[in-house]
Amino acid sequence: MPEVEFNGKTFTVDEDGFIDNYENWTEDWVQHVKKEEGIDEVNDEHKKVITMLREYYEKNGIAPMVRVLSKVTGFKLKHIYELFPSGPGKGACKMAGLPKPTGCV
Amino acid sequence: MSKLPKSDEYFSKIKHDKTSGAEWMDTPTVIREGMFCYAAKPASVETLGLPFPREWNPLHEDWKLPENWKEIIHKGFRDRLERFRSFKVFMDICVRCGACSDKCHFFIGTGDPKNMPVVRAELLRSVYRNDFTKVGKILGKLGGARELTLDVLKEWWYYMFQCTECRRCSVFCPYGIDTAEITMMGRELLNLLGLNIDWIATPVSNCYKTGNHMGIQPHAFKDMLDFFVDEIEEVTGVLVEPQFNKKGADILFITPSGDVFGDPGTYTCMGYMILLHYLKVKYGLNITWSTYASEGGNFGLFTSNEVMKRLNAKMYAEAKRLGVKWILGGECGHMWRVINQYMGTMNGPADFLEEPVNPITGTKFENAKSTKMVHIVEFTADLIKHGKLDLDPARNDHLKVTFHDSCNPARGMGMLDEPRYVIKNVCNNFYEMPRNCIREQTFCCGSGSGLNASEDMELRLAGGLPRANAVKYVHDKHGVNMMACICAIDRAVFPPLMEYWVPEVDVTGLHEMVANALIIPGEKEKTVDLRGEDILDKEKVGTDEFYTRPSFSGR
Repeated sequence: MPEVEFNGKTFTVDEDGFIDNYENWTEDWVQHVKKEEGIDEVNDEHKKVITMLREYYEKNGIAPMVRVLSKVTGFKLKHIYELFPSGPGKGACKMAGLPKPTGCV
Repeated sequence: MSKLPKSDEYFSKIKHDKTSGAEWMDTPTVIREGMFCYAAKPASVETLGLPFPREWNPLHEDWKLPENWKEIIHKGFRDRLERFRSFKVFMDICVRCGACSDKCHFFIGTGDPKNMPVVRAELLRSVYRNDFTKVGKILGKLGGARELTLDVLKEWWYYMFQCTECRRCSVFCPYGIDTAEITMMGRELLNLLGLNIDWIATPVSNCYKTGNHMGIQPHAFKDMLDFFVDEIEEVTGVLVEPQFNKKGADILFITPSGDVFGDPGTYTCMGYMILLHYLKVKYGLNITWSTYASEGGNFGLFTSNEVMKRLNAKMYAEAKRLGVKWILGGECGHMWRVINQYMGTMNGPADFLEEPVNPITGTKFENAKSTKMVHIVEFTADLIKHGKLDLDPARNDHLKVTFHDSCNPARGMGMLDEPRYVIKNVCNNFYEMPRNCIREQTFCCGSGSGLNASEDMELRLAGGLPRANAVKYVHDKHGVNMMACICAIDRAVFPPLMEYWVPEVDVTGLHEMVANALIIPGEKEKTVDLRGEDILDKEKVGTDEFYTRPSFSGR
């Protein structure tokens, strides 16, 4: 698998740049994705989304459906796109260190 | 995706006279980004115990094949010619009349001659002639034969995963050749060398481990349905109480896990839940969900016969364990090809279940006599026909609806009239797309058979063009703003397809519309539908702000 380097740390990623393992996630990873996504600053709202995603994933072994993410954080889908220009999956889940969902989705 | 031009520019570049003048065999295949899916992850191939799990990249020269790969393919080819009479016949009887050539959505959308179904089949057939027929051995290239080389293998892989196994071409074949079965054989052969795509391998592995493609564990599955329970109560004022793994229930309900997770399929899922609640309250019908058999879809169909059989078995094992009478299946596409065309001799006969009878109407579902699984659209149509559902179609008056016949229910089981009957009973504005692209001639969504990943978005948007074009026609002519469909892949892939070609049209499952029209005992006065859209203001087609798709290319 390809590797990316950030701040002297090396991460293994898949073809779309998602981290290989949820447990290898660190604050440096957040900064790496921030740069990749072109996000100016990781603010409290970003952090709220990331915390929610990670807590949900820890409990359920899967990312939450988008509507659950919206409801729990109180952010409308449009606002999530403002926070993460690539969207809840390719932006937010990537920053939170979650794998991509697969199947009929 | 960001590299894709705007739709009208893309459209103007599609040409159908791309040949250089050289024979197809002398035209090299170039594997291009945007047109293929990533390679299967080794962990997923390993879970299933399938051969040669490894990391490989279609764009690299070295695909890390086993040394004896030619021998493996030759033997695999021979085995399948012996095991599957249809495969042998399909290899032999094509006269290359070309009736199928312009019927494929991928050929129409890409203009690539190797996407003509006849040429796609010739990719395999040329090797068949070379290896297994005297004529091919003697005449060689003159007789349409060629040796299996590394380039040929790569060409197989590229084009076997540019076919959605939709079988539109088969409808036009005077010999009745089922090109989807040729693609299936091609994919089986490629799987012998570990050459699957990840969008198929990982869902299959998830399904094998946890019971569904998404990998939703039992507690999470319940959690998701509980979320819908709250949402339904908010909109309707009614508390629905889905049952899970209930022994002794009358019927087991199974739908694709995409409905539980991905929008807008989630609204279809809420639709099922409302209908099942209604039937329980009104008629005492006892229907259960399962957190073990929590997937109706079967990506095994896109891998091999053996894998398909393994995944299909769990639904029947669960039905047996729970002691239900029969199984009710949700709005899934390819699930119905597996059930209707293979189940009987694959995991069947399921004679521990009863021949399905609708306990409310007494209707015998003769067509499900052997499989013991009834399609929910047929079930609902039967309930409506007998006046068992209290419906107010005016609640869907803000919608102008067209119907996309999902390939497999249409061509794989002949379900053509039931969905239309249901739609006409739950809404007042229904418009058909042109007749040569509906019913058994329906155009594929362009993303079926496991090609609904995001890295192949260009392929998907090109392949979906013929369908989108027909939707645009009814949008322009009648103001259609909603396309109904009965397949979870459809519901997942149409939103970005519409976004690209016809952004004014949204996507719904049938049972979302059924539930919106249904008058539920004890409901509060309804002002919004399941998406939170205002149903009282007929002029305004409102949108749920939680659901509104912002302008973005793809997903």
